[in-house]
Amino acid sequence: MGNAASIHTHEVHTHHDHAHDHGDHHAHHEHKQHFLTKYVFSQDHKIISRQFLITGIFWALAGGLMSVFFRLQLGFPSDTFPILEKFLGDWARGGKMDPEIYYGLVTIHGTVLVFFVLTGGLSGTFSNFLIPLQIGARDMASPFLNMLSYWFFAVAGVIMFCSLYINTGPASGGWTTYPPLSALKEASMGSGLGMDLWLISMALFIVSSLLGGLNYIVTILNMRTKGMSMKRLPLTIWAFLFTAVLGVLSFPVLLSAAVLLLFDRHAGTSFYISEVFIAGKALPNIGGSAILYQHLFWFLGHPEVYIIMLPAMGMASEILSTHSRKPIFGYFAMILSMIGITVLAFLVWAHHMFVTGMSPFLGGIFVLLTLLIAIPSAVKVFNWLTTIWRGNIRFTVPMCFGLGFVSLFISGGLTGLFLGNSALDIHLHDTYFVIAHFHIVMGISAFFGMFAGIYHWFPKMYGRFMNNTMGYIHFFITFIGSYVIFWPMHYEGIAGMPRRYYEYGAWESFKQFAELNQMISIAAIVVFFAQILFVFNYFVSIWKGKKLTDPNPWNANSLEWTAPIHPGHGNWDGEIPEVHRWAYDYKDDGNGNDFIPQHIPLRPGEDGH
Amino acid sequence: MSGFLILCLIGLIYVVLYQISRSSEMVATIQGEEVFDKKRNKILAWSMMVVWAALMIGFYYCHQYMMPKINLIPASDHGESYESMFLVTLIMTGIVFLITQFLLFWFAYKYRKSDTRKTHYFAHSNKLEMIWTIVPAVAMAVLVAVGLKSWFKMTDPAPQGAMQVEVVGKQFNWISRYPGKDGKLGSRNYKNISDQDNLLGLNWNDKDNKDDILIPNGEIHLVKGKPVEFIIGSRDVIHDVGLSHFRMKMDAVPGITSRIWFTPTITTREMQEKTKNPNFVYELSCDQMCGKGHYAMRAIIIVETQAEFDAWMAKQQPYYVQTHPEAAPAVPATTPAEAAKDTVKKLTMNNN
Ligand code: HEM
Ligand SMILES: [Cu+2]
Ligand SMILES: [Cu+2]
Repeated sequence: MGNAASIHTHEVHTHHDHAHDHGDHHAHHEHKQHFLTKYVFSQDHKIISRQFLITGIFWALAGGLMSVFFRLQLGFPSDTFPILEKFLGDWARGGKMDPEIYYGLVTIHGTVLVFFVLTGGLSGTFSNFLIPLQIGARDMASPFLNMLSYWFFAVAGVIMFCSLYINTGPASGGWTTYPPLSALKEASMGSGLGMDLWLISMALFIVSSLLGGLNYIVTILNMRTKGMSMKRLPLTIWAFLFTAVLGVLSFPVLLSAAVLLLFDRHAGTSFYISEVFIAGKALPNIGGSAILYQHLFWFLGHPEVYIIMLPAMGMASEILSTHSRKPIFGYFAMILSMIGITVLAFLVWAHHMFVTGMSPFLGGIFVLLTLLIAIPSAVKVFNWLTTIWRGNIRFTVPMCFGLGFVSLFISGGLTGLFLGNSALDIHLHDTYFVIAHFHIVMGISAFFGMFAGIYHWFPKMYGRFMNNTMGYIHFFITFIGSYVIFWPMHYEGIAGMPRRYYEYGAWESFKQFAELNQMISIAAIVVFFAQILFVFNYFVSIWKGKKLTDPNPWNANSLEWTAPIHPGHGNWDGEIPEVHRWAYDYKDDGNGNDFIPQHIPLRPGEDGH
Repeated sequence: MSGFLILCLIGLIYVVLYQISRSSEMVATIQGEEVFDKKRNKILAWSMMVVWAALMIGFYYCHQYMMPKINLIPASDHGESYESMFLVTLIMTGIVFLITQFLLFWFAYKYRKSDTRKTHYFAHSNKLEMIWTIVPAVAMAVLVAVGLKSWFKMTDPAPQGAMQVEVVGKQFNWISRYPGKDGKLGSRNYKNISDQDNLLGLNWNDKDNKDDILIPNGEIHLVKGKPVEFIIGSRDVIHDVGLSHFRMKMDAVPGITSRIWFTPTITTREMQEKTKNPNFVYELSCDQMCGKGHYAMRAIIIVETQAEFDAWMAKQQPYYVQTHPEAAPAVPATTPAEAAKDTVKKLTMNNN
């Protein structure tokens, strides 16, 4: 069934000269295809995934550079840097940045890293690349919507980028853009045109992610190849499925929050505004609630952190298992814990709002639900540890990043238990403790999952390897560097040092951290340059990397490695392989190999999974 | 010029790294991939242990460096229960942290690839899954129980007889108000606000307002051992009353009144002695992004004895009298702002 459907779409949506006859080497067809349809307006999920990835890399570099700039301000508040004037112009006259642009950079940094890099760039890249290849489909259920999903993403990015160059500067109220600050243009420069562009860009991004998400769900549910039952799916696919479900159910809420905010800004409504006196006059708006926005925002915002985390978890599971030559431990427990996370992710949002004056009783309920979500997270960690236990570990670059992922997830997850307890959060909220928590668990740990995925599947994407030595250098600098940057921030937070401050010099309680802030800034710059090494490695390897000779370089079990080294649009020449076993049969196959790919039939008497 | 040099240097580093990387792959082909891989795998396995050790030493060093920089003395009763809860959480998470991080790197090292060892095909164990579901669940139950106990204590209504202070945020400073002799804060309406003579929009026809004391720079005086309730509001966007020394915090939201209460337990002067920092002051920081001047939205809190407080209060003049000179008694006092500065000076002078 699945097969027939996918072949059908494939015929409909690709050029006639690229017919369903895959007997020939694909290269013949590709010469004839126009550059625009092949690489730009492509409907091939593999090309689209690369588009997502490269756009994501662009945004990671842009967002990373922004963080270098504002770290310069935080680390060296009394120095001037001519380079800032080069990049920021009048916003940094004489090499000293304005508070306005400091806040603008912080806001756009957060927005693009959370949404464009770790959502679009992570789940867009790997859901697109891996879903058809790992479930055995020729493409997505709707390649056309898939293409649209990328282009909405791209346009959202263009608009966000433009907002950096307008007179009043980009949105500057933090990535959460709480009204009334973000609703009233009198409240700050960034709440002018920059905020409108931010909202429009986010709306387009939400459309992109909904188109993508629906496609992923439909594809996973309907287009699996023969024999690929749900319980034989690799955990990556399970993770992408839950990610998409979270996105489809929660992004619309953010969209509505954004639309209401646009109304408040331009149509005179009072959804979020009440009793405000600003710029010398009292506004007529009465009866709105600024807190309503926070509920809507975090109803997406919390699931969003798992939208980021789940794909990284799925890929790490796959990679830890493959490179330790051992089945993933507790496959069903992993799925159950992902279900637990998906359900609970919708029930904990108000832990971001303990100090908004909400009812203490309600706060108590959210404490309980928040700490519950730590249980499935703990189960996952123990399963990963048991997966590598008594394995036969190959320290490939993806494996190193996989191990780093687990270490960071533990460190950042545990600090969540401090924040989840409202009696502690009442002090730690909006301090550097929160910054440390979410950068370690979401920022860096998810990045490690993503890097592991890129190093692992690069050979499938481009038919070449990335350079290993550069990969290891990248790993060690990033791993140690991230701890150096974020670990001390816990202490700053314990001292109550507030986040989103442009300068601390005037504060008797926080100025003693000046030296530390300087050290953190230097570490951040070093880590940033290590990422450039990665980007360099990535692009050089596309053309210069060592060529693959074996279509299955890691001796992995999942289906994507049965496709040709350079799969054409349609993925497999000839028939799609049939699946006979689960994705984690890392055991003796009787011929001296330590793995049995999914398409190999069970031997007589062998236990299926 | 120096910028150009730095760029060249960075470029050079990349070129060197690239060449090293290329040549190491070359060595691999010469030595034979398999031999090379084996050697490298061993080195990397070792380096996992090195990384683990580096992390642990780093954490220890970081702790030693940071602790003296943090004021760990809570200055309120809630702060004390915060500290004990923090400790409980720290111990529980700390144990898990040390064990899991060690196992992760130890397993990585111990189970590095070997030609002689076969991997252990081990994919499920319901018993293990049960154990590591139930143990964290019990641990969470403990944390929730301890946490909610403190939480409900902190968020209970303020005790009878607590002193009331209104704290209102605006871009970009705090304004505080005391109820005056009648002990009642008068009503206010944001439509009455005027930056010239009615900062909080007090209703002048409400008689409760006539004796209210308003302090435009937000300075707050509290009495040691006396519970205080903050009535919190905002004039424009969301701010947040951050009281890091008292381990308390509450958003200031326009259109909504929020409240917190606590009992200060250490006077400013005592804290100066305890911390051996003669410049120590309790600071009220804005903890919610509120615009350009967010980082400078600071007010001072002075905790003192009842006698000192009464002396300070006696010097204050009701806001109504200040803004309605025609209603003033004959001798105008110093303005509250100046009076506030005075006290700060005195406190620091006493210690010099
Ligand atoms: C062990 C489970 C976790 C618990 C109990 C937890 C708890 C919390 C709490 C209570 C906050 C609010 C802190 C505050 O603003 O005062 C928070 C913030 C945050 N958490 Fe977690 N967390 C957990 C895991 C995660 C994971 C896995 C991610 C990401 C993948 C994550 C990402 C974030 C982010 C992004 C924020 C901050 C958002 C902001 O204010 O800008 N957390 N966490
Ligand atoms: Cu959350
Ligand atoms: Cu503020």
